[in-house]
Parts: sequence; C-alpha cells; structure tokens
Amino acid sequence: MTRLLPHPVLTPVLAFIWLLLNNSIAPGQITLGLIFGWAIPVLTIHFWPDKVSIRRPAVLIRYLMVLFYDIIKANFTVARLILGNTDQLHPVFIKLPLDLTTDLAIGLLANSITLTPGTLWARLSDDHSYLLIHALNETDPDRLIATIKQRYEKPLKEIFESC
Amino acid sequence: MLAISIQIAFALVAAAVAMSFWRLLRGPDAPNRILALDTLYINTIAILVLLGIHLGSALFFEAALLIALMGFIGTVALCKYLLRGDIIE
Amino acid sequence: MLEFLLSLLVLTGASFAFIGSLGLIRLKDLYTRLHGPTKATTLGVGSLLIASAIYFSTYSEQISLHEFLITIFLFITAPVSAHLLAKAALHLGLPSLAEIPEAEEAGQTEMTGTAQTGATEAFEKNERIGSENASPGEKARPEKSESITKTPGTPDQTRP
Repeated sequence: MTRLLPHPVLTPVLAFIWLLLNNSIAPGQITLGLIFGWAIPVLTIHFWPDKVSIRRPAVLIRYLMVLFYDIIKANFTVARLILGNTDQLHPVFIKLPLDLTTDLAIGLLANSITLTPGTLWARLSDDHSYLLIHALNETDPDRLIATIKQRYEKPLKEIFESC
Repeated sequence: MLAISIQIAFALVAAAVAMSFWRLLRGPDAPNRILALDTLYINTIAILVLLGIHLGSALFFEAALLIALMGFIGTVALCKYLLRGDIIE
Repeated sequence: MLEFLLSLLVLTGASFAFIGSLGLIRLKDLYTRLHGPTKATTLGVGSLLIASAIYFSTYSEQISLHEFLITIFLFITAPVSAHLLAKAALHLGLPSLAEIPEAEEAGQTEMTGTAQTGATEAFEKNERIGSENASPGEKARPEKSESITKTPGTPDQTRP
C-alpha cells in the first residue's frame, strides 16, 4: 500500500493542479490528472523525506481561514504604514522561541509569519530552537510573541504533532 | 466603467514599475537590487493580467505563469549566490 | 453590478501593487523595505487575478479558474524569496534601523560563512605574498584545494 501510494495527500493536490492548468474538468483530463498524481509521487519517492500526515483536517481549514483574514488585514496595516510618516516607524528584531519540532510545521509557521501583519521571518537558529523575526513597527515584542504562539503555533501543533 | 478603471490601473502599475526600476538603478547594494528585481517581476505579472482583461484575450495567462516561475527561480538563485558564493553545490 | 465589482478589484489590486513599490522608495533600510513588496504585491496581484478569473468566466463560454494557479504560486513563493533576501542581508551584515541581536552577527560563523571569509582573507594574503608558493587554484579556494590534495595523499600513506 505504501509503495503503491506513497503520498495520499500529494495525489489529489497534483490532480487538482493539472485540472487548473488545463482549465477544464473533462473526464479525460481528470483521468490524466489522477494518473500524473499517482505516477509522480511513485517515481520521485526518494526526494520526499517525510511522510505528511494531517491529523485534524477541520483545524487545518479553520487555520487557513484565520490566515487568509490576517493576510488581508496585514495588507491594509502595511499600506497605512508605508503611506504614513516613515520616520516614526519602530522596526525591531524579535526572537520567537519554538515549540514545534517537525520541519514541515516550522516551515508553515515561518511562511505564515512572513505573510501576516508587518512581520518577516529572517532566520531559523541552527538547533531549531527559535525563529528570528523582523517586525516593521512593534513597540511591545512580548505581546507579538504571545499572539503568534496563540494564533498560529497552537493550531499547527494540533494539526501536525498531536499524539 | 471597467475600461476607465483599467486605464487608471495601468497608470498605477506603470508607476510601480518605474519605482522598482529606480531602486534597481540606485542600489545601493546587491540585496536591494535583487529585491527590486523581485518587485519588478510581480509588477510585470500585474501588467500582463491587466492586458489580458483589456484585450479580452486569455493567451496572456501562460506568459504570466512563466514569468512567475522564472522570476521566483531567479530570485532564489541570486540569493543563493549571495549566501554561498555558488548556486549549485 | 458585475462591472462595478470588477472595477473595484482591478483598482484595489493596482493600488496595492503601487503602494508595495512605493515602499521600496520611502522606507529606509533593506529589512523594512522587504515588507512592502512581499505583502502588498501578493494581495495586489491576487485581486487582479481574481478580477481576471471573474471576467473570463462571465464573458467567455467556459468557467476560467486557472488564474488561481498563479495566485497560489505567488502566495507560496513570496515568503520564501523574502526570507532568502533577509537571510542574505543578515549574512552580508547589511546596516539596519533595528538592532541586530548579537547571536545573529556571530551567526555568520556558520560553516559556509567562515569558509567564504577565510577564502577571501587567504586570497588577499596570497595576493600580497605573490605567486611564489601558491598555485592559482589554491588562491581562490583554500579549503577545497586542501581537501583535494589530501584525498589522494592519505591512501598512499596507508597503503604500505
């Protein structure tokens, strides 16, 4: 089973991308997409080090919605900061201690941080113990850390690392 | 109404392209120029999408997709070069 | 009504693209400049692409959704390129308005960091000494050439 279908998540994603690329839902394209979605993971099995397992799909969907809302809010915040007086900005570097251990979860957290209000992932420490974040305008680093931990890190831990 | 707003949008994106060009020429160092190139290719995608709506032709989609792919690869390659002094190790 | 929605999306998208590039000029150092393009332009191009998808779905025979492919792609790649740029800037020690934590400046002593600075130092030293004891290959890459000369050397010693 694992050799015939090494990545159950990747197969439908690839088929979906194939359908988007061809801009059609003809039966032939669906079949071809499913064939590609099955063949590509089987042929490239050695390039995929970790097995992805989503334990709580409902939490993942809620997380994506929260993230989307935050991205739109982020854009208005950043736009206001750029149009405002740029001398008044207070940029800081913040160290965010990590509770996550999986590479995939850390990567997703880092990408979410970069996409949301005025924060940017600058560096991951060598021992994966903290992220270095650059904030565009932040006077209270502790509150930012608490927000990120509560809003992004907790659901990610539930999705990918719950036991 | 759509025709007028597309004209305004063209003007805004053209100004955006001009500003990224200014940063590209001005520098003052390599990461700033790479950032300018990154912005430039995203603005180019915007122009292509606008042209697609303006001319009513879906042909521009492939060009925009290719620019998105190539632009990302270009940015990553240039950053890798700054970080390692080498692109393929 | 539809035309109004399309105009609104097109104008929002173009304004965000404009503001993102304006950030390139108005902001003072590279780390703050990174915030403008990576955020403003993704939503800017995103709403332009949504406008395009709605336009082609209504004015042509078939539903057109492939614009979302570019949107998804940009949302995945924008943070990656921003991170790589920030990492490169930290590596090169670019000046910043915010205070860079000391551990990060020391973080330049990462494997490749020392290899590179070591290489340039050795290169300068060799330049000063001249070409009396260094072949051109050793000038540019001391670490690499060392390992190259070592590998054939060690088996010879262990063989007898």
